[in-house]
Amino acid sequence: MDIVSIRDFSREQIEHVLKLADKMVPVAKGEERSVLLEGHVLGSLFYEPSTRTRLSFECAMTRLGGRTLGFDEPKGSSVAKGETLADTIRMVDSYCDVIVLRHPQEGAARLAAHFANKPVINAGDGAGQHPTQTMLDLFTIRKEKKNLEGINVVVLGDLKYGRTVHSLSEALAMFGAQLTFVAPPSLQIPKEHLKQIETMGHKPKISSSLEDSIKEADVLYVTRIQKERFPDPAEYQKVAGTFRIDLNALKDVKRDMIIMHPLPRVGEIAPEVDATEHARYFEQAFNGVPVRMALLGLVLGASK
Amino acid sequence: MKEFKVTPIRNGTVIDHITVGMALKVLKIIGVKDDVNSTVSVLIHVPSKKAGWKDIVKIEDRELDPKELDRIALISPNATINIIRDYNVAEKFIVEVPNVIKGIMKCSNPGCITNKDEPVEPEFVVESKKPITLRCVYCDRVTTDVAENIR
Repeated sequence: MDIVSIRDFSREQIEHVLKLADKMVPVAKGEERSVLLEGHVLGSLFYEPSTRTRLSFECAMTRLGGRTLGFDEPKGSSVAKGETLADTIRMVDSYCDVIVLRHPQEGAARLAAHFANKPVINAGDGAGQHPTQTMLDLFTIRKEKKNLEGINVVVLGDLKYGRTVHSLSEALAMFGAQLTFVAPPSLQIPKEHLKQIETMGHKPKISSSLEDSIKEADVLYVTRIQKERFPDPAEYQKVAGTFRIDLNALKDVKRDMIIMHPLPRVGEIAPEVDATEHARYFEQAFNGVPVRMALLGLVLGASK
Repeated sequence: MKEFKVTPIRNGTVIDHITVGMALKVLKIIGVKDDVNSTVSVLIHVPSKKAGWKDIVKIEDRELDPKELDRIALISPNATINIIRDYNVAEKFIVEVPNVIKGIMKCSNPGCITNKDEPVEPEFVVESKKPITLRCVYCDRVTTDVAENIR
């Protein structure tokens, strides 16, 4: 079993993963010990820098008694000598029991799954899919809101290029959440993507004003607006300023509204927000561990 | 008397009713290159009763595999195939869009792994036949412009 795209999963399968992840929480926190994956080896291939994803996979594997090998940048490996991904995968396939891959090219994980006999977990492929992030986001929302049906999720930031946003919004639509996309017009959610979401659930709302949407939100999902998307630095400053979450922006929100962010953040959420009852982004980052534990257990056949 | 610009062929394959302007792409898609060892006639911009204008391709002494020919439907959905034996039309059929496309076109996404030097053939699932919509098996990019992406 590979984990390449969230689209490969049914609602029931995702729910099963989330339930299993729930059981993993005490182990993820270090309160309980586990030897579930003892003797198993994880091949961790990161062709692009990543802190949370890589470390939480490593943490998940270690906490379950397994070991990790691999690289966190292609420099110094045979990749730098021009080896194809297909060859690297075939080689690593013989050294480990499961492969975790982060790669700058879209479709890289599907290609890896094609060449590997061992399960492949996609840890992000370019602007493509990042299914384990989607699952940990769903896990976080469900933990706080219990039911995903009918909740208002406001998604804010770079909705055009942000890979987490596309997978997450599709999954949320599948679970019956009501989505509102807030972004400057140049970074709004792509049309074909919007169409896909409409076929899955409620018709999403589109807005360029955070003020109008934030009051109704049960979840505010903030993503980074990347500076390099703007040819004019002044334009970037203006947009970034408009979508900044600080205490002032939060004055009329629901009391139990939660704020999420895949991190790293670069000024989208003011540090003063961290201490409010709304902030959930650090819990969200922690949740990557139990969710990845659940997935590793499943693909390695140790969990059912 | 009707004047023929290109004479009828004795044996081979005639691809008729090709969408005007697509004849050269049709040759490409069915893998007919300059290394042929029989005569290939290409007629571009021919008057057509049905569509106003059309292209025609005639390949002598070669009967192409219907499966191969179905690829033509991607860029020319109304094309008809005539297999000619001894000046007679022995078989005639209409091309049909296949469900999976492999190897004949590249992914329109420059960031797709299949556009790098990896040992894989690009592969697409046909999501819709009318209008033609293809989804890359690797990167999920959806494309409707087949002619532009023929390798």
